[in-house]
Amino acid sequence: MARNHIVATIGIGASILFAACHPASAQIKIGAVLSVTGPASFLGDPEKKTLEMYADAINAKGGVNGQKLQLVIYDDGGDANNARTFATRLVEEDKIVAMVGGTSTGATLAMIPVFEEAQIPFISLAGAVQIIEPVRKWVFKTPHTDRMACEKIFADLKHRNLTTIAIISGTDAFGKSMRDQCVAVAPKYGITIAHEETYGPRDSDMTPQLTNIKNTAGVQAVVNTGFGQGPAIVTRNYRQLGITLPFYQSHGVASKQFIDLAGAAAEGVRLPAAALLVAEKLPDSDPQKPVVVNYSREYQKQTGQAVSTFGGHAYDGLMILVQAMQRAKGTDKAQVRDEIEKTKGYIGTGGIVNMSPTDHVGLDLSAFRMLEIKNGDWTLVPDAGS
Amino acid sequence: MAEFLQFAFSGLTVGAVYALVALGFTLIYNASGVVNFAQGEFVMLGGMSTVFLALAGVPLPLAALIAVIVAVALGLALHRFAIEPARGAGAVTLIMITIGASIFLRGAAQIVFDKRFHSLPPLFGGDPIRFAGAAILPQSLVVLAGAAVVVVLLWGVIDRTLLGKAVIATAANRLAARLVGINTRRIVDFSFAVSAAIGAVAGILITPITLTSYDVGTLLALKGFAGAMLGGMGSAFGAVVGGLLLGLLEAFSAGYISSNYKDAVAFLVILAVLFVVPQGLLGRAQVERV
Repeated sequence: MARNHIVATIGIGASILFAACHPASAQIKIGAVLSVTGPASFLGDPEKKTLEMYADAINAKGGVNGQKLQLVIYDDGGDANNARTFATRLVEEDKIVAMVGGTSTGATLAMIPVFEEAQIPFISLAGAVQIIEPVRKWVFKTPHTDRMACEKIFADLKHRNLTTIAIISGTDAFGKSMRDQCVAVAPKYGITIAHEETYGPRDSDMTPQLTNIKNTAGVQAVVNTGFGQGPAIVTRNYRQLGITLPFYQSHGVASKQFIDLAGAAAEGVRLPAAALLVAEKLPDSDPQKPVVVNYSREYQKQTGQAVSTFGGHAYDGLMILVQAMQRAKGTDKAQVRDEIEKTKGYIGTGGIVNMSPTDHVGLDLSAFRMLEIKNGDWTLVPDAGS
Repeated sequence: MAEFLQFAFSGLTVGAVYALVALGFTLIYNASGVVNFAQGEFVMLGGMSTVFLALAGVPLPLAALIAVIVAVALGLALHRFAIEPARGAGAVTLIMITIGASIFLRGAAQIVFDKRFHSLPPLFGGDPIRFAGAAILPQSLVVLAGAAVVVVLLWGVIDRTLLGKAVIATAANRLAARLVGINTRRIVDFSFAVSAAIGAVAGILITPITLTSYDVGTLLALKGFAGAMLGGMGSAFGAVVGGLLLGLLEAFSAGYISSNYKDAVAFLVILAVLFVVPQGLLGRAQVERV
C-alpha cells in the first residue's frame, strides 16, 4: 500500500516536472481562412503558401517572444458562407489569438462580425474600402483599397486626356464595391461614365456585354473591375471583338496566372498594382526594393511559381502582426490590437504602412504603381499620373 | 444588325455545349429512365484530362482521344457500380445517386488535377473572323461543327443500325425488349458510354473559349438539363433545339435586357416549361391509361 503511494507520488511529480519543462502548449495560434480553391484560387493559394513559408521561417529563428507560431488554415472555397463557419470554428474551437485572412471581400465582410464580437485582431487580405470604412476597432487590412485603385486609374486616364469611359464589373462583392467607388470618385477627376455592364463571376462569355460597350458612342477607355477568372475572359473577349480602346484592369488580376489565361489578349492592358510585380525593375533608390526583391526570390525559390501581389499582402499581414506582438511583448489581444494600430513606417510589399486610429490600412496612393502588360510580363508605366 | 449577329453567335456557341449536354441527358433518360446529373462532370473531365495530358507532354490529338476514353470508362463505371445495383429504386433515389456521383467526380478532380483555371490552344488560331460587323472566333465554328457531326452520327447509328433499333426498343419498353432477346444491360451501358463521350467531346471543344476548371460541371449540368426540358425530355432532336435555344435566350437577355440576370434565364426557362408545357416543345405528353 505504502509502495503504491510512493510510486504514485513519483509519477505525479515526474509528469508535473515534465509538463513544466515542455512549452509545446504555449504556441501562438494564428487563424487564417483563405480561398485556396474556387474562383479566387489564384489569390488564396499564394496567400496560403506565403503564410506557411514565413511562419516556418520565423519559427526557425526562435518564434515570437520565444514562442512558436502555429497557423490554423481553413479553405473557404471562395464561398462567404463557408468563411463565416470557419471563422466561428477558429474562435470557439481553435481559440486563436489573431487572424490573418479573408481572401475576398465577400468572405471578409462575412467574418467581421465574428471577430468584432470575439475581440480578436483581424488583418484582412481583401480589397474593398468598406472593410476599413467605417473604421472598426478590431479590423485592419493590408491590400490597397478599391477606391485607391479607381483613383490611380482615373489619374492615369486624366494624364492621357481620356474623359469618357465604360465600366464592366463582376457582380461579386469586390467587383461591385470597386464599381461603386469608381462611380463615387469619377467627378473628382472629371471622368464621365457613359455605359455600364456586369457579368457573373462564373460566366464564360462576355461578348454580349462588350458588344454593347463597343456600340456606345464616345467611349474612350474601358475599366474592368473584378478578380479571378472573369477578367481573364473579359480580356480575351475584348480582343476577340477587336476593341482597341485603352483597357484597364483592377489590382484583382495582379498575378501571372491572369497573363497565362488571357494570353496574347493581355498585351497593352494597364492596371494599378503593388511594386512587388516589378521588383527587379525598380530603381535602386526605391525604399521598397530590398523587401520586394527578397520576398520575390524566396517565394519563387520555395514554390517554383511566379510571385503575385496576393502572396505579398499575406506576407505584410503576417509581418505587421508579428511585429505588433513583439512590441506588445505578448499575445494579449487588446495590446496586440493597439500595437497594430500604431504601425508606422513598416516597409512591406504593398507599400509603406502608417496606420492610425482613423486609418486601418495605412497606405497612400504612392503605394500603387501603374503597370502595363508587355510581352507577357509586367512593366512600369514611366510617367503615369500620381 | 451587327450586334444581333454577335449575340446570336455567342448564344449559339454556348448553346452548342448545352445542346450536347442535353443530348447526353436524353440518351440516358431514354435508355434507362434515369436523369443523370453527373452529365456536366463528363464535360469537365474531357477538358481537364486533355489539359493535363497535354501538360504532361502528350501530343494534343492523342490527349483528346485518351480524355474521351477516360470519360467513357467513367461513364460505364457510373452505370455498372452506381446505377445498376440500384435498378429497382425510384426515380428520385436514382437522381440522388447521380448527384452523389457528380460530387464524387468533382472532389476527385480537385485531387487528381488541381483547382486552377486552364485553357487549351484553339484549333485554328485565336484571330476572330469578321462577318457582317460581328467578330466570330474560329473555335466557335469548330464547336458548332462538332455538335452537328455528333448529332448526325448519333442519328445515323440510332436510325440506321440494328444497335440503334435495339436502343429505341429498350427506350420504348424495357421488358418487351428483353423478351425479344435484347441485352438491355448492354444497351444502357452503351447509352452511358456514348453520353460520356459526347460530354467529353463538348468539353474539349469549348475549353479554348470558356476555360475549364474542376467545378464547371455543376452549372453546365443544370443548364443542359434546362435545355433538355425545354426541348422535351426524351426527344433527342428536342434536346439539341432546347440547348441551342437556351444559349440564344441567355445571350439575347444579357445583351438586350441586362447581364445581371443571365444565369436566371435557365432557371426561369425550367419554371416556364413546367408551368406551361411540361412535356417540352417537342416532347410527347406522358399519358397513362388507368
